[in-house]
Amino acid sequence: MGEIDNGTVDLSSMDEVFEQYSEEQGALIPILQKAQNTYGWLPGDVLELIAERLGVSPGQVYGVATFYAQFYLEEQGRHILKLCDGTACHVRGTPILVTAMEDGMNIRPGETSEDGELTMEIVYCLGSCALAPVAVLDEQVMGRMRPQMIVRRVEKHIASAKKATEA
Amino acid sequence: MHTTLPFPNEADPTVNDPQHKCIAVCMGTGCTSSQSAQLHQTLREELDEHNLNGEIEVRRTGCFGFCEQGPIVVVSPGETFYTEVKPRSAETIVEQHVLGNQPVERLLYHDPTSDATVEKWHEIGFYGKQQRILLDNSGIIDPENIGHYLAREGYQALHQVLSEMTPEQVIEEVTESGLRGRGGAGFPTGVKWGFARKTQKWPKYVICNADEGDPGAFMDRSVLEGDPHAVIEGMIIAGFAIGAQAGYIYCRAEYPLAIKRLRVALEQTRELGLLGDNILGSDFSFDITIKEGAGAFVCGEETALMASIQGERGQPWPRPPYPAVSGLWKQPSNVNNVKSYAFVPRIIHKGAEWFSSVGTEGSPGTAVFALTGNVNRTGLIEVPMGITLREIIYDVGGGIPGGKKFKAVQTGGPLGGCLPEEYLDIPVDFDSLQEAGSVMGSGGMVIADEATCMVEFAKFFTKFVCDESCGKCPPCRIGSTRMLEALERITEGEGTPEDLDEIYWLADGMQQGSLCALGQLAPAPVISTLRHFEDEYRAHIEEERCPAGKCQALITFEIVADLCPGCMVCARNCASNAISGEKGEPHVIDPELCERCGLCEAVCNFDAVIVK
Repeated sequence: MGEIDNGTVDLSSMDEVFEQYSEEQGALIPILQKAQNTYGWLPGDVLELIAERLGVSPGQVYGVATFYAQFYLEEQGRHILKLCDGTACHVRGTPILVTAMEDGMNIRPGETSEDGELTMEIVYCLGSCALAPVAVLDEQVMGRMRPQMIVRRVEKHIASAKKATEA
Repeated sequence: MHTTLPFPNEADPTVNDPQHKCIAVCMGTGCTSSQSAQLHQTLREELDEHNLNGEIEVRRTGCFGFCEQGPIVVVSPGETFYTEVKPRSAETIVEQHVLGNQPVERLLYHDPTSDATVEKWHEIGFYGKQQRILLDNSGIIDPENIGHYLAREGYQALHQVLSEMTPEQVIEEVTESGLRGRGGAGFPTGVKWGFARKTQKWPKYVICNADEGDPGAFMDRSVLEGDPHAVIEGMIIAGFAIGAQAGYIYCRAEYPLAIKRLRVALEQTRELGLLGDNILGSDFSFDITIKEGAGAFVCGEETALMASIQGERGQPWPRPPYPAVSGLWKQPSNVNNVKSYAFVPRIIHKGAEWFSSVGTEGSPGTAVFALTGNVNRTGLIEVPMGITLREIIYDVGGGIPGGKKFKAVQTGGPLGGCLPEEYLDIPVDFDSLQEAGSVMGSGGMVIADEATCMVEFAKFFTKFVCDESCGKCPPCRIGSTRMLEALERITEGEGTPEDLDEIYWLADGMQQGSLCALGQLAPAPVISTLRHFEDEYRAHIEEERCPAGKCQALITFEIVADLCPGCMVCARNCASNAISGEKGEPHVIDPELCERCGLCEAVCNFDAVIVK
């Protein structure tokens, strides 16, 4: 487990979340989910604030946040590529997609590129098995991916997003 | 027995009218991944242009099951079945089919096994041996329209239960039907409900396990997306039967569409008084909350799932006490799978006898599978229990693609087993699959062809279990890690015969010593492949050879000069610069530089790269 990154975030956005879940039993997980929706990840300050407001130890909050794959304790890239390595995708070629990304974009599973543009994750089953192998780039599902296509699609996606922000 | 709900006008009977003019567009996850939402929009715009929008309904439906061929569109009357429909084809469908009454030939399904073009939905071979009693609304109704579900006799069972039956009679009927839990273990549902009813402690909880985590499985997702009200109705009936007033649906966060449809459905049921206080005027009150999972496979285990609902790490508790006695917040709880609940309204409405007349004596009803992997027709299927594996793979699935040979069928996900060719004629039911060394599981069925290395396949599942083990009990946490190491040695050509002994020893310890089913069943993929494909393990160990040509450390790549036109695609893609050759001339791989990543083989359009 790495060090907890505190980041610099505006904690006031959390007030609304605490308000919403003040009555609910077992609300820690939904609160973490909302926090991550707000910040894109879970900075240490936010985890501490949650512990304080729920009256539990920071250890308990950290324990839950690290248990579930959905929660990020590090800042993520501007774009996220999820490569599905569920069984159906695995037998239809996800490993070779990983190789293509490693070779073509110099990024390994679980890493964020140095320029902060892309995070690549391996996930187990997105439930679109009939379209295997499947990759999800931000919200866009890309079915029947081939190694020749994936690098091109990702590069294009990043480039057009950059262009859009510049414009 | 037909009863009338207090809001007869809410039902939309057009859903049952074969003459109703309708273009149904599949909005399951598979088809929406291929732009079916855009297609739906474009169809409406096209109809608008011809002033036909009031006349022809464009319906968003749940999954048709034939996900491989998506997006699916069915035009009625006539049930013309269109496949792989792109948004730009909307114009052709409207102009040629709707206005011109001519089916669009190029969008019809072309069956590669018979080389025939098929026009009607139910004439497609994929559906031939299927019997859809659970998925009978999927592809028919708009899951976000409760009027459609009502017209399909939805909530009749609930009405019947509340107006004519005692909780004991409900439990009796479900027990009588022989329904066995569709989450995988196959425990009789009625009996489970009976245990929860007996516990004299309140409040009690009804929990729907929608944390479908098996890689290669999407049955529950399709049911939730295509027919959410059936699950909700089943849960309300379960609540009445055991005496609970609150229910939870624990759904994977990876299924945003299913969660959205459930939220819409819950809202509609509350509006009609089917959920909330004094349901349908009775003295029974019940409500349902959705809990989103956060990405942990182990939460599919019932005690871990309840820990997660409580906001804790999803780690299992020892059983007994079972959830029926002490579950969520230490209160009596009943946990069932999505499909189990969805079967309940059908069983109550049509009778236990109807249900048990389908399938086999020990496993009544149907089985829903996500048929995937190396098979021609992948998708969601529903077949009567007792059908053979061969019928599923060859008649429903259309056999193995690319002229390759069948090698194994894997059921039950990472906690299930692999069966080879000689088992293809056994009947598919809970007990026969278990006897053969596999399991029914929740419904994932992955087909592997001859190019799949069974040792690597077993390693894949073991890696999954290693990643997903919650870490609470050592047999699972350490056992799976040690087992993965042994498998890694074997696939890297460094295995010894003692590694096989160690695998058996570890498996025994995990099966006997683990706290929950995750650890107990995790060795199953390894043990079943060892049992049926031991030769392949031995080839890796004794001959340092991977017969399927998959394990990187044991293979080399070569370019067949006669087949290579010198297009340079492989050379451009090779990260280790191991491929050389002039444009237009056959290329050569330098074995010293080659890292055996296999990218050249994958990108070659001429099958010129071969594995030695």
